[in-house]
Amino acid sequence: MESLAQSRASGSEPVALPARSWLSPRLGGLAVLALVIALLPLALTNAYFYDVAILVGLNAIVCVGLNLLIGYAGQISLGHAGFFGLGAYGSALLVANWGVPPFAALVLATVAVSLLAYLVGRPILRLKGHYLAMATLGLGIIIAIVLANEEQLTGGPDGMPVPPFSIFGFAVQGERIWYWVVGACLLVTVWLALNLIDSPKGRALRALHGSEVAAEVVGIDSAGHKVLVFVLSAAFAAFAGGLTAFYSGFISPTKASFLHSVELVTMVVFGGMASTFGAVVGATVLTVLPQALTIVKEYEMVVLGAIMMGTMIFFPRGAVPTLAAYFGRRSR
Amino acid sequence: MGGQAVQFLASGLTAGSIYALVALGFSIIYNASRVINFAQGEFVMIGGMSAVTLVAAGMPMPVAILGAVGIAAIVGLALERLAVGRAKSTDIVPLIIITIGASIFLRGVAQLVWDKNIHALAPLSGDTPISFLGATIVPQSLWVLGATVAVVIALSWFFRRTMLGKAMLATSYNQLAAQLVGVDVKKVLFASFGLAAALGALAGVLIAPITFTSYEVGIMLGLKGFAAAILGGLGSFPGAIAGGLLLGLLESLGAGYVSSAYKDVIAFVLILVVLFFRPDGILGAVKSERV
Amino acid sequence: MSTLRIEGLSKEFGGVHAVENLSFELPSGLVHSIIGPNGAGKTTLLNLLTGVYLPSAGRIWFGGRDLTGLPAHGFAAAGIGRTFQNLQIFANMTALENVMTGRHLRDHRGLWSAMLRTPSLVRTERECRARALQLLRFVGLAEYADAGADSMPYGALKRLEIARALAGEPKFLLLDEPAAGLNPTESMEVAELIRTLADQGTTVVLVEHNMKLVMGVSDHIVVLDYGRKLCEGTADEVRSDPRVIEAYLGASTDEVAHA
Repeated sequence: MESLAQSRASGSEPVALPARSWLSPRLGGLAVLALVIALLPLALTNAYFYDVAILVGLNAIVCVGLNLLIGYAGQISLGHAGFFGLGAYGSALLVANWGVPPFAALVLATVAVSLLAYLVGRPILRLKGHYLAMATLGLGIIIAIVLANEEQLTGGPDGMPVPPFSIFGFAVQGERIWYWVVGACLLVTVWLALNLIDSPKGRALRALHGSEVAAEVVGIDSAGHKVLVFVLSAAFAAFAGGLTAFYSGFISPTKASFLHSVELVTMVVFGGMASTFGAVVGATVLTVLPQALTIVKEYEMVVLGAIMMGTMIFFPRGAVPTLAAYFGRRSR
Repeated sequence: MGGQAVQFLASGLTAGSIYALVALGFSIIYNASRVINFAQGEFVMIGGMSAVTLVAAGMPMPVAILGAVGIAAIVGLALERLAVGRAKSTDIVPLIIITIGASIFLRGVAQLVWDKNIHALAPLSGDTPISFLGATIVPQSLWVLGATVAVVIALSWFFRRTMLGKAMLATSYNQLAAQLVGVDVKKVLFASFGLAAALGALAGVLIAPITFTSYEVGIMLGLKGFAAAILGGLGSFPGAIAGGLLLGLLESLGAGYVSSAYKDVIAFVLILVVLFFRPDGILGAVKSERV
Repeated sequence: MSTLRIEGLSKEFGGVHAVENLSFELPSGLVHSIIGPNGAGKTTLLNLLTGVYLPSAGRIWFGGRDLTGLPAHGFAAAGIGRTFQNLQIFANMTALENVMTGRHLRDHRGLWSAMLRTPSLVRTERECRARALQLLRFVGLAEYADAGADSMPYGALKRLEIARALAGEPKFLLLDEPAAGLNPTESMEVAELIRTLADQGTTVVLVEHNMKLVMGVSDHIVVLDYGRKLCEGTADEVRSDPRVIEAYLGASTDEVAHA
């Protein structure tokens, strides 16, 4: 340990910074993800597998955003499926009722949902802990009920069909094309998230989780930042919701349900909070598993519930961080 | 016109009593452990469905009711012992997911043990409607109201006169202080789950003749009982009852006079309103800020 | 020249006055200490001076600006930094990241430049890292740079908090019991650190129990008792004031007089 005198003397020299290794999470992990996305089609031998892969990608986009809120900023939301559903219905309605071009509709819907999240975010995020969980739960369910009840607009509990998707005139149809679209979106999402985490804004968010009072005292507007990450995660959810609607060609209120919100939170927590790649892993495992269990569909709920309980009892920090710690590497 | 109002009042109080019983269960567990047991609604479901099975197996109604409550209590105790009590982390998110996972698990098991159909349970004293002040009330409603009153009286006696009850009350006021005077907090937690499950099951048995029961019945009832608990102040026993009755009335009046399609929304709008303006509920004291 | 001035400051919790009708001035350029027996309201005062608590009455001025009622991050923006008695480290980050976070007000960039990783952000990040590393060296924690804060020993964490607070380049640095839990050698290092900071132009305000440290390093001392100001003055004035000696009942007069 240097004495103060020594450090004062050496402080005048330029500080040598350690070179950022190529295995740093940002560059290394992103490259691995890109590789997986590029090579996966070799293993996808039929349309059904493509479908599952696309679903994984869509869930992963939501989870990466939700992980920023839950894992990094330390907040909670049991109603994010509401934003997902609003993004889906918003995009669909803009195209179906007002003839907005699909891509523009997607963007508009995302912006609109972000605005809503901003408006409710301020009062909701004044709450903490259980109270915050309850409030987001209430919000999500209200959205689901409204979507199910406004039959004139949304087709009610049976849902509504969604017009096909196109970007600047190019039609996007069929599993193969959608796979690349979703894969690209996921890559961009992860890139944005990783950049955010490794930045002053990202540290501000993590500081909220570490110690809110200490964050305030170094000048971080905790309320403002909570709203920021809430809106950001709502935007990701809405965007994924819109993509899902266009991909499926159909949307129903179950996409905005409490159960869906819970599934999303479980994916984030299972993969490991404060781990962007963990969120992707969580989305993958918990999307594939129920699909694999469709064979024995009656056991689906039992297994899902058991996974949720088991993970939180035995790996409260999530599967990825626990396994990473086990293998000696520090996960990000 | 007056008859209609009485009708809404009657159905509102009936539903409200059920919400009150469920809310009591939430508050009892919250007091013992600061955990919000999202599986509370499933106890209601287990109560109703078990009673149906036991009656179908030939047992007389009173025995079936006791049996159903007993089964639910056992499930509640198992939930504490095998899941909640095992959680190493006390962070909220893991605990919330454990109880939500438990509710999904129980629903999945119910689906396998029973089926996905709706089942009816015979009412306790027939279903000839009673005419009262221009409204028609089913006798089962009176059973619901009466049983709730009886439960409230029994609980008051339990909390004030029995050692276990006093221990539970003490733990709810100050867990550390209770431990220091020798209260076995683990036992209190264990008993709390059993008691909450029993209350939920009782609610399920009472309401099944009116609204029928199925493996899915627990979700909405659980969430609404939960809204009632917050309305009255989470952790407050009188609050749970007041909140339940108030919610039932607001729902009934809202559905009757405003819009029946949005009846379910009322509970959740109330959650938001209460949390924004008075997080400690209508009966909770306004806390002073202390860092 | 900023002065931290309070007038009639009070804070009550449900009828109990933790701090009552306090008024004094802390001019810049000096080392100030706030002392008093346990329960005198020192930490409450510190929380008031950093915006963590809202006062029940009274006003706070800094450099002529009325800061009363601002949220804590507003006080930070005005140039007041602090450490905590019960460490409030960001346990979910490394030591380096802790200090980098302390630079929030200085090296802050917006959301979009963060997500898109613009060249200006990359540059800012590099500078932020460099300065943070420098500060870690200054407090003697360079070897812990990439260690998780949750793995560091207690004494190191106390210094980490100081480094984090310094990262914001505050005009006034409020230290809440920096010597608590430290042995005499470590306490001496804290004293040296405070003197260095004072020499470099940071005004240090100390809340401390360690009389040796307080008497050795302070230019100006304010004594609190039961939430009120008992007296203030230089170290010599305070240590010979009979009211102060009496307030420290249980402490021998030797301890106060010969500290």
